[in-house]
Amino acid sequence: MENFLDFIKQYKKNRAAVVGFVVVVIILSMAIFAPYMTPYMPDSQNLADRLIPPMWDAKGVSSHVLGTDDFGRDLLTRIIFGSRISLMVGAISVGVSLSFGLVMGIVAAYFGGKTDLFIMRIVDIMLSIPAILLAIVIVSILGPSLSSAMTAIGIVGIPTYARIVRSSVLAEREKEYVIASRINGSSNMRLMFAVILPNCASPIIVQATMGFASAVLEAAGLSFLGLGAQPPTPEWGAMLSDSLQFITTASWMIFYPGVAIFLTVLSFNLMGDGLMDVLDLKLKDK
Amino acid sequence: MFSYIVKRLLWTIPTIFGVTLLVFSMVHLTPGDPAVALLGDKANKQSIADLRAQLGLDKPLYEQYFIYIKNLSHGDFGKSANSNEEVMTEFKDRFPATVELSLVAMFFAVFLGIGAGIISAVKRYSIFDYGSMFGALAGVSMPVFWLGLVLIYFFSVKLGWLPVAGRLGYEFDIDHVTGFYLIDSLLTDNIPAFWDALRHLILPAIALGTIPMAIIARMTRSSMIEVMKEEYIKTARAKGCSRFQVIFIHALRNAMMPVVTIIGLMLGSLFAGAILTETTFSWPGIGKWLVNAVYQRDFPVIQSTTLIIAIIFIIVNLIVDLLYAFINPKIRLN
Repeated sequence: MENFLDFIKQYKKNRAAVVGFVVVVIILSMAIFAPYMTPYMPDSQNLADRLIPPMWDAKGVSSHVLGTDDFGRDLLTRIIFGSRISLMVGAISVGVSLSFGLVMGIVAAYFGGKTDLFIMRIVDIMLSIPAILLAIVIVSILGPSLSSAMTAIGIVGIPTYARIVRSSVLAEREKEYVIASRINGSSNMRLMFAVILPNCASPIIVQATMGFASAVLEAAGLSFLGLGAQPPTPEWGAMLSDSLQFITTASWMIFYPGVAIFLTVLSFNLMGDGLMDVLDLKLKDK
Repeated sequence: MFSYIVKRLLWTIPTIFGVTLLVFSMVHLTPGDPAVALLGDKANKQSIADLRAQLGLDKPLYEQYFIYIKNLSHGDFGKSANSNEEVMTEFKDRFPATVELSLVAMFFAVFLGIGAGIISAVKRYSIFDYGSMFGALAGVSMPVFWLGLVLIYFFSVKLGWLPVAGRLGYEFDIDHVTGFYLIDSLLTDNIPAFWDALRHLILPAIALGTIPMAIIARMTRSSMIEVMKEEYIKTARAKGCSRFQVIFIHALRNAMMPVVTIIGLMLGSLFAGAILTETTFSWPGIGKWLVNAVYQRDFPVIQSTTLIIAIIFIIVNLIVDLLYAFINPKIRLN
């Protein structure tokens, strides 16, 4: 408990990280309470109300704060519901990358030798293809959809986690507490996952926070290309893709979904930066 | 040093083979029969069987892989299922557009990124430092396609200063020499076309260059701050060197090593950005072509483009590693 309070005290020193945390909490509440925050549904169309500008515009109306899109759907509602999709994409993609990367990294570092060489070769091959290209290849195999995009982003993230876990396990492997536990008769499984892993948590937590940010960004990118979420899903990237044709007539459709992506990604990055400072990691600018 | 180079070169071979295996297995991982996917559900059995024979799909998997590698070694990357053109020909047509955009974006990123990084490091904790470092963090969090849209809205739609999309106005025509419009227009003395090509490049290059710029600025700043603490900087100051000399001659040179490495390694993120930027700006490069190929399930194009880009990426990483070993005496002398 004392450690936790100390952690909070240290974290609070970094003001930008606190702002990041607050924004993340706001986005999280938006996702949880979405249906109670707006009277509209994200995909209920009303063609009579199409392309209404935001309420501060002369032609705007107060019932549609950020205006409406080309199907008369309330933009604010779609952005609020979009937070559910972005957070889900982040969580699932990070979950996929983390679980596979963790096992690969820990097995490679713990057993060493040929196992290490074999796993790290696979990691090198995956890293030799630019992430988005690999994601596009995976989406083209699975067919464009939100779940394909999540899977693809998850798979693409595996090598980064594998490398980080591997290097921290390597640093821990020969420490005395591990040797002591081995002498006590702990099995390999217990040594890997119950003894060593908890001591490697810091870099993994930081990477997961930053990885969440990049997963949200990559998912929005894939949906913008038409390879992720499909209409009428209120996904921020897909909303921007729809807005392309209205750039001259309905500029509000371009701005707000982008602001939502930007704020989400920025606040997770700020949080990651803050955690890195507190956990005193030398990962900066990697 | 020699053994390092040999070892590094040898390691690229299994990596390239791994990539060919991955790309090859793509078609076989796709659910359903590729021949049916190409011909459509309504095709008759005979034409499906013919196509399977033509594509070699009736042979065992390992044999198909060897044929694939053999063809690749002859420079045969197959034909686009959609246009029936050689993939390599189409790739060569589009590749210069992507490279030109990426180089201009990189130039913008390096120039502004290093500049902002130096000022931030020298004037640490100033408003400029906070501003540019926040800008750097914001730049990393910015969706590149959204930045592109916002730039188009302000500079093309609102102000009308720059073109909305494309690579060259319809009224211009440039003779192809290198494929790079800026160079070709100058070589053929076509100055109006040069200006038009440059005007088309500005917005996509800014959109694409922003993320690398942010990373370079952060890297330069932290590297400069480290170097400025060194003893030899104190010595230079004590010797009476001017501030300019200390920063640009003594500090910057030594601070550039990690920055140069990161610039080389940023090719991947630059390419990722290029796919999105090209879609936003209708830029006729590899990225847009690849995305269209995914829509049309044109597997030969997706496979070959992935393979070629991965090989380019591997080679560039190799060059960066070797250069780094060469400029870093710690590795060179070992």
